[in-house]
Parts: sequence; C-alpha cells; structure tokens
Amino acid sequence: MTEQFEPTIIGFTCNWCSYRAADLAGTARLKYPPNIRLIRLMCSGRLDPTFIFKALANGADGVMITGCHPGECHYLEQNYKALRRFHLVRRTLKGFGIEPERVKLVWASAAEGVKFASETTSFVEEIRELGPLHWGKNSGQFPGGGEPSEFEPAPESPEEVPA
Amino acid sequence: MSEKIGVYVCHCGTNIAGTVDVEQVAQWAGSRLKERGVIIARDYKFMCSSLGQELIEKDIKELGLTRVVVAACSPHLHELTFRTACAKAGLNPYLCELVSIREQVSWVHTDKEAATTKAQAVVAGGVERVAYNESLEPLKVPIHADTLVVGGGIAGIQAALEIADAGYHVYMVEREPTIGGHMAQFDKTFPTLDCAACILTPKMVQVGSHPNITLSTWSEVENVDGYVGNFTVTVRKKARYVNTDSCTGCGICWEKCPKKVVDEVYEAGFGIRKAIYTPFPQAVPKYPVIDKENCIYFIKGTCKACEKFCPTEPNSINFEQEDEVIEVQVGNIILATGYDLFDAKRIPQYNYKKLDNVFSSLEFERMCNASGPTNGNIVLRDGKTAPKAVGIVHCVGSRDKNYNTYCSSICCMQSLKFAHLVMERTDAEVYNFYIDMRTNFKDYEEFYQRILEEGGHFVRGKVAEVTDAVRFPGEEGKLIVQVEDTLIGKQRRIPVDMVILSAAMEPRHDSKEVGKQFGIACGAAGWYIERHPKLDPVATMTDGIFIAGCVQGPKDIPATVSQGAAAAARILGRIQQGEIALEPIRATVNEEQCSGCRICNDLCPFNAILFHENTMVSEINPALCQGCGTCVAACPAGAISGTGFSNEQILAQIDGLLLLNVGDETIPA
Repeated sequence: MTEQFEPTIIGFTCNWCSYRAADLAGTARLKYPPNIRLIRLMCSGRLDPTFIFKALANGADGVMITGCHPGECHYLEQNYKALRRFHLVRRTLKGFGIEPERVKLVWASAAEGVKFASETTSFVEEIRELGPLHWGKNSGQFPGGGEPSEFEPAPESPEEVPA
Repeated sequence: MSEKIGVYVCHCGTNIAGTVDVEQVAQWAGSRLKERGVIIARDYKFMCSSLGQELIEKDIKELGLTRVVVAACSPHLHELTFRTACAKAGLNPYLCELVSIREQVSWVHTDKEAATTKAQAVVAGGVERVAYNESLEPLKVPIHADTLVVGGGIAGIQAALEIADAGYHVYMVEREPTIGGHMAQFDKTFPTLDCAACILTPKMVQVGSHPNITLSTWSEVENVDGYVGNFTVTVRKKARYVNTDSCTGCGICWEKCPKKVVDEVYEAGFGIRKAIYTPFPQAVPKYPVIDKENCIYFIKGTCKACEKFCPTEPNSINFEQEDEVIEVQVGNIILATGYDLFDAKRIPQYNYKKLDNVFSSLEFERMCNASGPTNGNIVLRDGKTAPKAVGIVHCVGSRDKNYNTYCSSICCMQSLKFAHLVMERTDAEVYNFYIDMRTNFKDYEEFYQRILEEGGHFVRGKVAEVTDAVRFPGEEGKLIVQVEDTLIGKQRRIPVDMVILSAAMEPRHDSKEVGKQFGIACGAAGWYIERHPKLDPVATMTDGIFIAGCVQGPKDIPATVSQGAAAAARILGRIQQGEIALEPIRATVNEEQCSGCRICNDLCPFNAILFHENTMVSEINPALCQGCGTCVAACPAGAISGTGFSNEQILAQIDGLLLLNVGDETIPA
C-alpha cells in the first residue's frame, strides 16, 4: 500500500465573500482537508493569471479561485473578469499539456461556509485523482532534465501576461 | 534581506494550540525563516490581550523591528488591533501582517501534524509577503455637510428630520407628488392601532416646512457622480404644470377637473382621483400635479378647466412648464426607496382581479381608511354590502419557493390588524389562513392573543385556491377558500364573502437599476446588501451610501424608523468629523511604464481611470478608486501597482506558502 498523495492547493479568496466564507467555515467548526492554503485578495478581479502559473510552477498541484456570486460583486462586476481569466488560464494550461482541471472556480458568498468547505474537500479529492503536478520540482519529467528554472513556462512578471 | 521581521504566534487559549503545535511553529519560524529576515519569533497565550500587544511594542522598540507578522485569528477580527499596537510603537501600521491560523487552520482541521505544517506555511507566506509591505497613510477625504435622502416614506422622513434637526442641510427627493410613502396609505398601525395619518402627517409637515430641508417631490435622481464626502447628484424635477410659487393648494382645480382616473398608486387601484390631483388631503407639499397621460388638454388640446377656475393671481396652471434638471452637492446619501407590493395576480389560483371580492392588502388598507374610497366602511366590491365572513390569506407571494422564499415579516401582524378591524366594524366571522404565526416583537404576541380572544378563527395551512365554483350546497354566491387544515389533517372548504390577500413586500421593480446608479448591490432576492447583516445594517459596501427601511429587507414601521435614525446618526458623526479616513488600498499608474493602451479604462466600474489625451497615459483618481485591483491584474505593461496587494506581495506570499514544498531555491533572495 503506497502512501496517499497529499496535494498542495493554493486558494485565492475575495476579501468580501469567499474569505469571509472561509472564516465562517472556521467559526462553524466545519472540517475540510488541510491541503489548501489561502491568499486573500480584495477581489477575484485582482487575480493576475501570473499568480496561478506561479503557484503551479512553484509546487502547488492545484489552484482554487473563489469569488462572489455573479451579480453580487462588491466592486459591481469584477468577478466576471475573474471568470474570463479563469477560462483563459484553463486554455493556456491545456496548451502547456497540463490538466485544466487543476484550476477551479468557485462562487461562495460570505454566508456559504458550508459550500466553501465542501468545494474545498471535493477539489482536494479531484487533485488527488490527478496526481502530483511536479512542475518545476521534478525537473526530470521535462526534456533536458535541467534546473527547474529552465522549465518555467509561466511568466514571472505581469508584463508577459496578456490581459 | 534587510528587514527585521518579528513573528508572533498566538495560542488563542486552546483554540489554536489545541490543533496546532504553536511553540513548534514559532521555533521553526525563528530558525528556518531566519535567513528570510525573521529576527525574533515568539508564541503567546493571547496575542490580542494587552500583554500580547505590549510584547510586540517592546520588540519594535528594543529590537528595531521593521516588519511584524502575527499568526492568530482572521484579519477581519483583529487586524486593527495589531496595526494599532504597531502604530503605538512607532511602526507604520501597514507594515504589520495578520495571518489566520485559527479560522482557516486550527478550527477546520483535526490532524495536528498536518495543521502544524499548514500553519508553518501560512506563517512563511506572511513573512515573505510582509517584506514587500509598504508604509501607507490612510486617505483623508473631506465630507460635504449636506445629505441627500432618496425616498420620502417614513424611513426617509425620519432620517431627514434627524439630520435637519441637528443643523445640517438635507435634500429630499421623492418620485411621487407627495411624501408619506406607504405609511400614508394605511389606516391603523399595529399593535397599538393608532391612526397612521395622526402620527405620520405631523412629521410630513415638519419636513415640508423645515428650514434645513429642501424637498423635491415629483422628482427622480438621474445620475450620481463622485464618492464619499463629495457626490454630485443630478435630479430631474418633472413638470407639475402647476406654478408652486402662486398655488395655494385650495383644491378648486381638482374639484373642477372633469377627468377621473383610477389611482393605481395611492389608492392601490381601489379608488379614483382626477387628472390634476394631490394624492390625499394632507399631502406635503400641498401643490397638485397634472398627470399628463390622462389630462384631456394634453390628449385632445382642449379643456383647461383647471386653468379657468384657478383663483390665484397670477394663474398657477402652466401647461408650458418643462422638466427642470438640477444638480446638488452632497457628502452622503441615504436610499430609503421602500418596497413594492407583490402582485397577487401572479398566483392565478387566488383569482385576484378575477373574482370581485378578492382584495389585496393595500386595497383593504384603503378601504379601512376613513378618507379612502369607502369612507372606512368595510364592504364588498359593490360598495354597500357588509360581508358576513372574511378570509385573510397569509404569506401571499412570500415563504413560497415559486415566488419569494423569504418571510415578508409584517404580514402576520398586518393580517391580525385586518381581523381586528373587520370584527370591530362588521359582524363578520374572520378566518386567518396562516402557515406559521410570527408575532415576535414588543407587544405583538399580546395583540395575537387579543385577536384570539375577540373570536378570530385561525386555520393553519396554505390556501390552495380561492374560487366561486360551487361544489357543495351552501356555497352559492360565496367565495370558497380551499385549504388543508394541517392541525386536523383534513381538507376544508370555507365559504366567505370577502378574501384579503396579505401580499408580500417585494423589492422595488427598479431596485437593480437604482442600485447600479448608486453603486450598491442587491442580494438574491433584490433587497440592497448592507455592509454587515448584524453589525452594520444601514451602511453599504459603497462608502457614503446608506440604506434605511424596506430597501434593506421587509420590516415594520418601528424597525424602519430605527434604521432611518441610525443612518442619520452615522452620517451626522461623519459630518462632525469633517473628514473621513479611507483604507489606502488603491491602484496607481506609473506614467513611465504606461503605454496608453487603455485596456484598464473600460475595466473600472467606478470610472476612476482617466485617460489623458495629451500625454497618452491613464491616471487613477485615488478618491474614486475602490481598490479592487482588477486593473492591476489586467495591465499588460505592468504599469499599475496596487498598494496593499501589490504583485510583489502576492507573489512573495505564494512563494512562502509553498516554501515547504519546494525548498529554498524558488525563493528569490
């Protein structure tokens, strides 16, 4: 019996809804796997695709983007921009030969602690199914077998990312 | 790395320490993150206590810390606490980072080892991030002392009077010809049964005559520009076709007007008015308006009876009058635009507007009102027959997943009031058809008991149908209420003469558009979203825009008045401060790097980004910018930076969070 793979997931949350949903999940003592690590942004619209590639390139096996439900954005409509970028990122990952399912988008209002916990739980399972990404870490998987930095197709700075 | 970072890990009693090995996290941070600039790492029982805070302050002073990371609860709880502690010790408060290892680690995980590892990662994320934090100063914005109140119902009236009485100017804008709102339509108010007009009209008069209130009825807000402290609002004053300078409100014009119109607003379609009218005798202001759609002169080009009979000198009727558009400068805005009544026609099985003697709750309010169409007599649609049995249907369009899932909150009490009025003024038997009785405020339950004692009948069950189709003898000429009585577990058919539908309160039909105009959002049901459902129910997410009354959700008069007063109190506090401090989370454009592509221009919903044609660069107005950061993420040239959430900060945080996964090599020195 091999040891179960424990993925690492970076979660991007919106200050107004999903971060509060995560707070609520905590206050309500709901349980979800410890594989996710959260970053608070003011809005899902702040999500630069670079952040996602950076996370995946540096050892994350999946990225969960969370934001306010459509129509409920604190900044009126910026979550729609996150939605656009989400699709862009998924397409780009596919082009890299990486499973687009490694990036997930979840709408969670400040009241949806239960949803936040259950979506996190199922995403951890989904990534566990996909297995480790090994992008940048296990350089042997890439042709040439050089240092990880040689195999970082993800741009490092926003200049290189199309909006 | 030249920063001197202090890390403080909180036990929070056993809240964190129960699941996370706090001491180990602190030790690990002190040794493993030493090369990342951490010069001291401590753990403490309660970091938020004054002793915990003093620990930080002492280290800042004695060790010369330049950055502080506190690993404790959610920043939404104690960010301010630790920032203030840093500020006290002379460190810019924005150089302190609070990372959550309670709500997002110890409380949601059970495996101590995994939770401790995650806590280490979270601390590392905070340490990496804080190195890129910048010293920031809150933005100070001056507050214009005038206030705009939109909506002249009881919520708006209360708010306007509170502010005006405190000595500050208020502009009130009301869509209808008079202020008063829904409350002016009612006859009695529960549970005390005092007459609505008796308690409302004095306040209306006060608004009309207050030296600090500029009242614009028959007017609508067209546009809102600006930001907290400094709004420019465009108001369209629709043409009244009546000169308010000379009009005395004598009433001869509407007496002489030959055109009768069904009054869909004030009389809820139950009564008539003229084409020139004031909705009711105590209207404020007293001046009538001409309803252009129905005025014979505007339709056929001849009549002018009102002008002919107008006794004032000069004549007050002016058919040439045009809309007037004015601009007002205000510092804060209160939205108190109220509610719409659920249209009971949407429930076909209740046969509203098909069967004559099915009334909506507002129709019935008008019927009970002594100055209403029936002079307060409770009679059938024929205008004379008193009913022998009356059915009152609760939860019409509320608590029903086909229409609105929410409880409309006032209908139980309103129905009880109707039951009382029917029993007081007629000999009729009264049947209340309810799902649950909700009488949960001061003196409400006592009122329910009173109606029970007065002999009201209560049937627990949702009404399936209101029909005139006879199925059993004795039902001829009656309305039959078909209902499952869930207390006895049987279907019942109860014949009555009159049915009153206690219809739900609904958000205004245009609440979405109005919300957009003012930059605030509606929840799923359409009510405006408050800043915090419990702790900040009158502020909104948009600074300077407040909500009061039923725009925030269904509520009764006492709650509405409280919110009006609360919104006013909030605004008065600000006016007295003279200026307001805003979080300095803003985006700024580096002119050198901006290529003038204008991609960001259309992304901003607040129109905060201005493009300079001459220099071909975009500029962000810090007062309009709300700090969402969408433009920062979108700028292809990387020319926009977002203070508080810069690319450097977030990328560093990602590095920190993944430190344990990949080792040091990915972290830039």
